[in-house]
Amino acid sequence: MEIHQKRMPLEGEERFSSGCAISGLFNKNGDRFSGRDAITSISVMHDRSNGLGGGFAGYGIYPEYKDFYAFHIFYYGNEAKRNCEEYLDEHFDLINLSKIPTQKHHNITDEPLIWRYFVTPLPTKLVNSQLDEKEYTARCVIHINTDIKGAYVFSSGKNMGVFKAVGYPEDVGEFYRLDDYKGYSWTVHGRYPTNTPGWWGGAHPFALLDYSVVHNGEISSYDANRRFIEMYGYNCTLQTDTEVITYMIDYLHRRQGLNFEEVAHVIAAPFWSTIGRKSEEEIAEYTYLRNTFASMLITGPFSIILGFNGGLMALNDRLKLRSLVAAEKGDMVYLASEEAAIRIIEPNPDRVWHPSGGKPVIVTLNK
Amino acid sequence: MKRVYVNEQWCLGCHLCEYYCAYANSGQESMVKALKDKTIRARIKVEEKDGISFAVNCRHCTEPLCVKSCIAGALTQKDGLIVIDQDKCVGCFSCIMACPYGALMPNEEGVMQKCELCTTNSHMLPVCVSGCPNKAIVFEER
Amino acid sequence: MGINYLYPDFEVHRDKDKCINCRVCERQCANEVHAFDKELNRMIADDSKCVNCHRCVSLCPTHALKIVKTDHHFKENANWKGEVIQDIYRQAESGGVLLASMGTPKDYPVYWDKMLINASQVTNPSIDPLREPMETRTFLGQKSTKIKRDDQGRLITTTTPQLSLNIPIMFSAMSYGSISYNAHKSLAMAAQELGIFYNTGEGGLHEDFYQYGKNTIVQVASGRFGVHPGYLNAGAAIEIKMGQGAKPGIGGHLPGSKIGEDISKTRMIPEHADAISPAPHHDIYSIEDLRQLVFALKEATAYTKPIIVKVAAVHNISAIASGIARSGADIIAIDGFRGGTGAAPARTRDNVGIPIELALASVDSRLRQEGIRNNVSLVVGGSIRSSADVIKAIALGADAIYVATSALLALGCHLCRTCQNGKCNWGIATQKPELVKRLNPEVGSQRLVNLITAWEHEIKEMMGGMGINSIEALRGNRLMLRGIGLNETELQILGISHAGQ
Ligand code: SF4
Ligand code: SF4
Ligand code: SF4
Ligand code: SF4
Repeated sequence: MEIHQKRMPLEGEERFSSGCAISGLFNKNGDRFSGRDAITSISVMHDRSNGLGGGFAGYGIYPEYKDFYAFHIFYYGNEAKRNCEEYLDEHFDLINLSKIPTQKHHNITDEPLIWRYFVTPLPTKLVNSQLDEKEYTARCVIHINTDIKGAYVFSSGKNMGVFKAVGYPEDVGEFYRLDDYKGYSWTVHGRYPTNTPGWWGGAHPFALLDYSVVHNGEISSYDANRRFIEMYGYNCTLQTDTEVITYMIDYLHRRQGLNFEEVAHVIAAPFWSTIGRKSEEEIAEYTYLRNTFASMLITGPFSIILGFNGGLMALNDRLKLRSLVAAEKGDMVYLASEEAAIRIIEPNPDRVWHPSGGKPVIVTLNK
Repeated sequence: MKRVYVNEQWCLGCHLCEYYCAYANSGQESMVKALKDKTIRARIKVEEKDGISFAVNCRHCTEPLCVKSCIAGALTQKDGLIVIDQDKCVGCFSCIMACPYGALMPNEEGVMQKCELCTTNSHMLPVCVSGCPNKAIVFEER
Repeated sequence: MGINYLYPDFEVHRDKDKCINCRVCERQCANEVHAFDKELNRMIADDSKCVNCHRCVSLCPTHALKIVKTDHHFKENANWKGEVIQDIYRQAESGGVLLASMGTPKDYPVYWDKMLINASQVTNPSIDPLREPMETRTFLGQKSTKIKRDDQGRLITTTTPQLSLNIPIMFSAMSYGSISYNAHKSLAMAAQELGIFYNTGEGGLHEDFYQYGKNTIVQVASGRFGVHPGYLNAGAAIEIKMGQGAKPGIGGHLPGSKIGEDISKTRMIPEHADAISPAPHHDIYSIEDLRQLVFALKEATAYTKPIIVKVAAVHNISAIASGIARSGADIIAIDGFRGGTGAAPARTRDNVGIPIELALASVDSRLRQEGIRNNVSLVVGGSIRSSADVIKAIALGADAIYVATSALLALGCHLCRTCQNGKCNWGIATQKPELVKRLNPEVGSQRLVNLITAWEHEIKEMMGGMGINSIEALRGNRLMLRGIGLNETELQILGISHAGQ
């Protein structure tokens, strides 16, 4: 109660809603390009953000460290850094660590300490934990974010990285000097929260391991999803849609072994009436997925772009209550909330289409 | 043609059908005004014996004996419905003798009356049926 | 007669200006309250016999009748209330246990009425159920914990047996015996039409009703009445009744007077002998024994039917539910203490057990803490009175709800709470043929269908308001609820915030 009067609650202390802009760029050939296009694309949708959060995820940006988990961490204070590094030391081999290079920007203020670590689990700890490498790493990340005060791991995948801050996304891109990174896949997010939490960790993309999610919308199933996924060791500390969606995708894809198509059939399941018109085999499969993972259905408006190693998936809610446009030009695939955000970087796409609600667009690197 | 049929299995012997009928054909607006302190003359009659009961009204027979027996031409068949022209009725009781169901009876003035399926009063649909609490009589095509 | 300590509770008021002496009231009152006095040429009434069931009131064609609570009273006393004094007179007279029926009428908090539902504004759109699909289909049963694929990588889609409901509402257990043949038939017909389930209760299944098997849950209670292999296999699921909300710790009791030929055949017991279920199952003194019965029933039905374990909501319900969830049961049914009964000791009904809202919230939370919520489905009952209660129950975490009292009300019950007398004027809680006849199943089932369909519309409307278009996204979605006038502890147990937070 008192908190209310003293200051606005932070992300995670209360649930905020937000509208947003998202964009995704992908080269099927694996050719790498800088973060500039992503910055340009999102800047067109300036009005869809309100300067309270922006961020990027790039894939293929750390080829020289591709076998190591790249942790990007915010620290609020040196004590947090000490505690976290102590923890990291106990659980991982630290291959490399450094400050993430940034460039002062007049619109980006109050920055925390921002560090990057390339790590690999300590073999003995890993064996003793009886977990696989990814699960071990994920649990460590969740532990830091839940239990080490002032430390927040906002990126933890291999050969990928998330860059985010409070500010307009184009300014965030400049701040992190994304011209200097090259990836085959970029996603970007501009945020329009209806409240002013102003915490860097609350900006998007949200990421766990190599999954990163940018999302536009406000899901009505949030608490059903959250209470379900928290049964499986996740802790939704931020209380944001993106966080819970990322965890569900992690659970369904990595831990249950569903493919992305099947994941889409769970979280944006077709209506029963649609399922009823399918072949017997499909009916059995769709019904099985809807029944088994019923509590992971997402309702309410959303469009998301999921980044993962080697691909992107875009998905709309079943009613398509949020805009999402896709386009193709040669090896490039573009996804965005607005067509203009695509045309600014590719004025003449070969094909432009509006994916229908609940139907995933999945693109992966050519073999 | 839709007729009133009996499901005696569900008849409770409550006699409500009789009271609704008497009221419907009274021309009065309130049931109290129509029936208070009166002996009712309903066109439907509940028969009861040994715990079994059912309500009988005119069957609107396809070969109506009453019409044949009427000496004054007061009873006629109109689109399957058996109607009475009370102005023509001379009160001879021939129809009463002829009807195997006892569906005709004299009114207060000694002129015959019978069920005309509420087509001639202001109710349009049989009120005995709508007033029955247990669907023991139904109005339907069979 | 001696001294009569009890003054009649009700007065029958007849408006002499309206009464037309049709004698419908007289014919319809099985308690013989009304009579026609030839000399006076008017109706008279014996108030002392009236149980306030409103049969006469509902059928009087001129609305000449009303039943009024007597204003005769004892000297004001906040401690020794009139009903308390009367109970003592009754027991001093009879020397017996006070019997009662239906749910407790005492003024306990109804938490449903202290929770408010959310709706979307601006940041996310509400959905119009008339224009967009709105889904209420629900599956009950264990969910697989890990997907499996065949050698070609296709998902293996076989599951343990599941119940599929068009809408997550079921008719809960009411035995043939405690309610009439026609009441049972009405429930069965309605369940079939609605694509949901009704429950036989502990009295076996009448042979006429085997045809509704696909929509039937057959119950196995401590008395094992009417249980045989054919019965177990006749339904879509089997429910083990460990307890009932209205009388936790007590078995069912059907007086011999209600056990005529048909019921004796269905229950497989002698005619006119009291059917008294033992308080516990004598083969279940502990949780591992329950597991044995669960699997015995699964064996008996070749693992084709989900097994429901029904328990009364009592103090340590979450630990009990957690045990049941690990017993191999597919579904847990929890019955709250406001639930109804055909007959129960009044003191038990009014004092034993806890409200279903709290039981549900703590069980759902506990099963999630233990990570086993998906291993069982949760069905709750015990006074679900409206579609809003259904929504709140599902948002707290229930998969489906059970209604019984609401269903009986739809059939005509007026909650006069004298079921134990066996003279139900509405043809529900009686076995007297002339009274049973008053409930025409065609009428009854239609009224049940109407009620559930109406609730379904309302549920969809409110789901749409919340921006939710499928019921599973509401399940356990406690953010959709806010408490009003609740204290910290209550809010914490319910797992919800206060309105305004
Ligand atoms: S109203 Fe219906 S139940 Fe009552 S006597 Fe007439 S037919 Fe029978
Ligand atoms: S249909 Fe009308 S006139 Fe005929 S018996 Fe019924 S109430 Fe009387
Ligand atoms: S017991 Fe019921 S039917 Fe009889 S007088 Fe009382 S309210 Fe009327
Ligand atoms: S039912 Fe009504 S009108 Fe008929 S006798 Fe009773 S009180 Fe009078």
